[in-house]
Amino acid sequence: MIPFDFDYYKPESMDEAFKCYQDLLINNKKPLYYGGGTEIISMARVKGIVFDSVIDLKGIPECSQLEVSGGKFRIGAAQTLTNIAECNAYPLLSKTIKRIADHTIQGKITIGGNLAGTIKYREAALPLMISDCSLQVMTQGGLAELPFSKAFNGKLQLKKGEFLVSVLIEENDLSLPYNHVKRTKQEKIDYPLITMVALKNEKAIKTAITGYGDNPIILSERIINHKLYNVEQKINKIINLAHSDCKGDLSGSREYKEFVLENMLQEMFSNFEKIG
Amino acid sequence: MHLSGNSIIVLNVNGEDKTVMVKPAYTLLHVLREELSLTGAKSGCENGDCGACTVLVDDMPVKSCLMLAVEAVGHRITTVEGLKNAPIQDAFIKNWGFQCGYCTSGFLMVCHALAMHKPDADDPIIEEWLQSNLCRCTGYEEIENAVKSILSGNYK
Amino acid sequence: METQLGKDTIRKEAKDKVTGAAQYTNDLTDSPMLYARLFTSVHAHAQIISVDTREASAMPGVRAVITAKDHQVICGSMLQDRPPLARDKVRYYGEPIAIVIADDEMQAKAAAGKILVEYKPLPVVNSVKEAFKKNPVIIHDSLMLYTKSTKEVYPVKGTNICHHQKIRKGDMQKGWLESEIVVEGSFSLPQSDHAAMETRAVHCMIMPDDSVRIKTSSQSPYEVKESISKYLNIPEGKIVVQVPFVGGAFGGKACIQPEVLAVIAAMSVKGKWINLANTREEDMVTSPCHLGLEGTIRIGAKKSGQIMAAEMTFQIDTGAYSDISPKITKAIAAECAGPYRIPNIECDCYSVYTNHPYITSFRGFGHEAHTFCLERMMDKLAVETGVDPFQLRLLNLVKAGDLTPTQVKVTASNTGNAVECLERLKAIMNWEEGARIIEENGLVRAKGISCLIKTSDTPTDAGASAVLTFNTDGSVNLDCGATEIGPGMKTTAAQILAEKMRINVNDVYVKLDVNTQSTPYLWKTVASMTTYLVGRAILNAADDAISQLMNLASIALRCPTEELDFENKMIFVKHDPELYIMFKDLVKGYKFSNGNSFKGPVIGRGSYVMGNLTPLAEASGRGTPGRSWTVGAQAVEIEYDTRLHTYRLLKAATVIDAGKVINPKTARGVVMGGMCMGLGLGTSEDFVYNEDGIVEDTSFRTYKMIRYGENPEYVVDFVETPQIDAPYGARGIAEHGIIGIPAALANAISLAAHIDVNRLPITPEFIWRERLKR
Repeated sequence: MIPFDFDYYKPESMDEAFKCYQDLLINNKKPLYYGGGTEIISMARVKGIVFDSVIDLKGIPECSQLEVSGGKFRIGAAQTLTNIAECNAYPLLSKTIKRIADHTIQGKITIGGNLAGTIKYREAALPLMISDCSLQVMTQGGLAELPFSKAFNGKLQLKKGEFLVSVLIEENDLSLPYNHVKRTKQEKIDYPLITMVALKNEKAIKTAITGYGDNPIILSERIINHKLYNVEQKINKIINLAHSDCKGDLSGSREYKEFVLENMLQEMFSNFEKIG
Repeated sequence: MHLSGNSIIVLNVNGEDKTVMVKPAYTLLHVLREELSLTGAKSGCENGDCGACTVLVDDMPVKSCLMLAVEAVGHRITTVEGLKNAPIQDAFIKNWGFQCGYCTSGFLMVCHALAMHKPDADDPIIEEWLQSNLCRCTGYEEIENAVKSILSGNYK
Repeated sequence: METQLGKDTIRKEAKDKVTGAAQYTNDLTDSPMLYARLFTSVHAHAQIISVDTREASAMPGVRAVITAKDHQVICGSMLQDRPPLARDKVRYYGEPIAIVIADDEMQAKAAAGKILVEYKPLPVVNSVKEAFKKNPVIIHDSLMLYTKSTKEVYPVKGTNICHHQKIRKGDMQKGWLESEIVVEGSFSLPQSDHAAMETRAVHCMIMPDDSVRIKTSSQSPYEVKESISKYLNIPEGKIVVQVPFVGGAFGGKACIQPEVLAVIAAMSVKGKWINLANTREEDMVTSPCHLGLEGTIRIGAKKSGQIMAAEMTFQIDTGAYSDISPKITKAIAAECAGPYRIPNIECDCYSVYTNHPYITSFRGFGHEAHTFCLERMMDKLAVETGVDPFQLRLLNLVKAGDLTPTQVKVTASNTGNAVECLERLKAIMNWEEGARIIEENGLVRAKGISCLIKTSDTPTDAGASAVLTFNTDGSVNLDCGATEIGPGMKTTAAQILAEKMRINVNDVYVKLDVNTQSTPYLWKTVASMTTYLVGRAILNAADDAISQLMNLASIALRCPTEELDFENKMIFVKHDPELYIMFKDLVKGYKFSNGNSFKGPVIGRGSYVMGNLTPLAEASGRGTPGRSWTVGAQAVEIEYDTRLHTYRLLKAATVIDAGKVINPKTARGVVMGGMCMGLGLGTSEDFVYNEDGIVEDTSFRTYKMIRYGENPEYVVDFVETPQIDAPYGARGIAEHGIIGIPAALANAISLAAHIDVNRLPITPEFIWRERLKR
């Protein structure tokens, strides 16, 4: 039971949604964009967030697209993890999001919600961080397309009132060889101790992890692909470099996470080695 | 659509259109139980962790504690009360799939949906779907036997 | 007539439970209904300087806000140490301070958020060690002044010890002299939670004549009535407690906790129902949880492995209040030797206050905890002596004629056949192939075992009763005080009755809910004792009904009763079965052919009380804590990844001497459920406290239990050595599946990873840390 009342808006266009938010702000309201709502509802129940209006983005066609067209995989921000995984245009993304929460909730969580939420893991961001990806964001000046790295730095970097419309991933990256490992404290259905994803194109391996610290991070591409270091050196250097990012929490201590990351990196290198 | 305060909405539940008065803050679970007296869906954690409140929305399982009732407008909701002699119900009885029964409605709905969408589901898929729910009485073996007994061929 | 026992019998309420028709407390429609919500402490130990309820009271829809100022109640099942709403200070995180009652749930919750409490934080006792050290922070200043509801609780002045139970058996000096090998170990397991899927819920209304109506998710409806009467000085007859289906309990719903709050709340809004239902977070920390335990054991043995002496100290983390912890302390002490023959024992078992959530009974009643310590010691002794773990256990198992730690003589009837359980387990686990098997890819398969034993530890006067009435088709209605919490007790009761009356179980109709005003008394639905207690009462009730029916039949058939027999709802003349009369023609009395009638409706009455139990003596622990002991043997097989230190559960096995298996699939299910819960304790379940004593994992998001597919393959087998005084020989088995599993898992992992697992739960990080120490 959410212990406070709020208004519910379900606009049918991007403009309507944007304007709705602005109008509410002008009227001293505290609006919130709403996707799947799983995080909003559970946090509101314990008064972890306070708002008085929600703007549900699920009625906006652009937020619901899910197709590969024009050389890009286009995912509307309000698409559910289940639909994205079923469509399976980007297997690494499918694999990653099939390990977020549990299967039933995957039918409710939206990719926009996972990227924009306050829960630190944002596992859906990992495959996007390491692929050629951009975000369409509804802004004051209309729909803008931003490189993923610019709009997402550990968390979504949006101005007040802006909202994520869609995620665009270059078709070329969708079928690259990949690696995905999620380790938890113990149980399968849990927040990650560490989740790691990696892609390998003809030039380089790209790797991102979450659970390690406060936000998802990209591991140094320079070290991972360094010509002179052997695997052991690479791993040591990566762990040293990420040392300041590493934080202990309920899932595991700092030292243990470093041990786990070491193993994950070893596996990743050896997996990619196998495929050549 | 804009709803504020007490609002009248129409929900399609178990094949019938129901007109109910809700606040936008009401979860689907709350409305099913308190406004429509469909108490088969249980509240176990109100946090999406246990699955006792699972219902079907357009034939897919949803944890009704994590859905606003207003979000369900225009969709088909099925609760355990709407399972009319579905094979999974009998399968749970025959396989001792429950003890206290509190998690049962939620498990039934997940299994029912699984059988509809993936009648030939293999172990990993069954596991993926059923790990959304918690049972504290059984050791899950009975639930496994129950769901597997209906997963083959035509499920109606 | 075919027997009704030993047959898979579908539970009576099966259809209700697969259709959503089964109603649990919060499914009941009561009107007019108000909603009560709790305001709870954010500190683990703090003085309450002030509680400001003014803003909350002024919120829309609010009918009342209640704090400790509004009543004088002090609760406690053994030691009255717990104000239902914190008074002057809070002693644990989540302790209720105020109740808000409003027209709807949203209003109540919103108003609860407006209560302002000023605290002065006090130093926090965050572990048993801190509670037990010299000059500790004292959590209960008035410990020695608390009212005791039983003589069997021994608090220690000037300490945090609310109970100390001693066992002194044999001659320790002699024991140590005869020992050639001594092993020692210290163990700990944290508090955890029952985590029944239904959170505790109560509906309560005070009627115009001040009588109290309570509907609650409880295992103890009669104790709810008696306790409320005592705490609030209300005549018992004015309190009516109803219990519909209960959504899992595991001991957690035996404690009288939400009911007291609900009654206090309802008193401020007479004539209206109030609804008080825990959120999951409240159910985990505000309501009582599962004990934590620290144990140190020293065992002396001959080189052969024969145990000669044991010295044990156990400290229960009882949390902020005692509830039933002194009795768990007693139970651990009474069975400190496990199912083993230990001639000389010194055991000190303490119940210790900390600033953690308080504990209550939990499946296993402490045995799941101390067995972990003891059975780890058995494996350590096996390593020291070089004796195979199975052989070592076989060598030391109790036999008829041995004395228990409380000096009760062991017989086949009162203890069953542990040797047979162990032998069968050995075959099931394929022990011959070895206990540690190295596989490919850095994987190791390993097996661990544990024995188990448990008696009931009930009060010496625990009793039960049953009433039978009849339908005009000759079928029987059974009413007894057992609450239907999951293990299918009502169906077991029906089978026992059917067997006794030689009718089909389908001709027994069971009242599934309990209403203390009409349902005959049962102490509580706990302690795996319901089959025994209710079963004995039912047998007596059946005898009563049969004798009435036979007397009537004797008149109807003009034949002495000794020449009559009965079966299948019919009474017949033994030497001429064609002379018979049906139950249906007798159950309302007998009507002669001329219309004259004789005797009224048949009602069968039966009652039973535990006989021959005695309290344990304060100095030696000598006494009889139960009528019988259930014994068994358990094993867990895992696959361990030597590189990652993760592991997978492959197999869990239990062989229990059940005396007689009444409903095989149900018995198997209950044992598997116990094993699954034990695996939860072993692998992942624990309360994590921060340095301020705040529990950090109060939801299922972070408090992790076994999910579908993580469970192993289960093997369950039953030995049947009848307990002569039990209904058809059936022993209690409902809790026992949990008892040895954490120990067996710990033994398997110790072996697999070459570490000494001395605490639970066993996470990969824990194994990794232990490996680093090597």
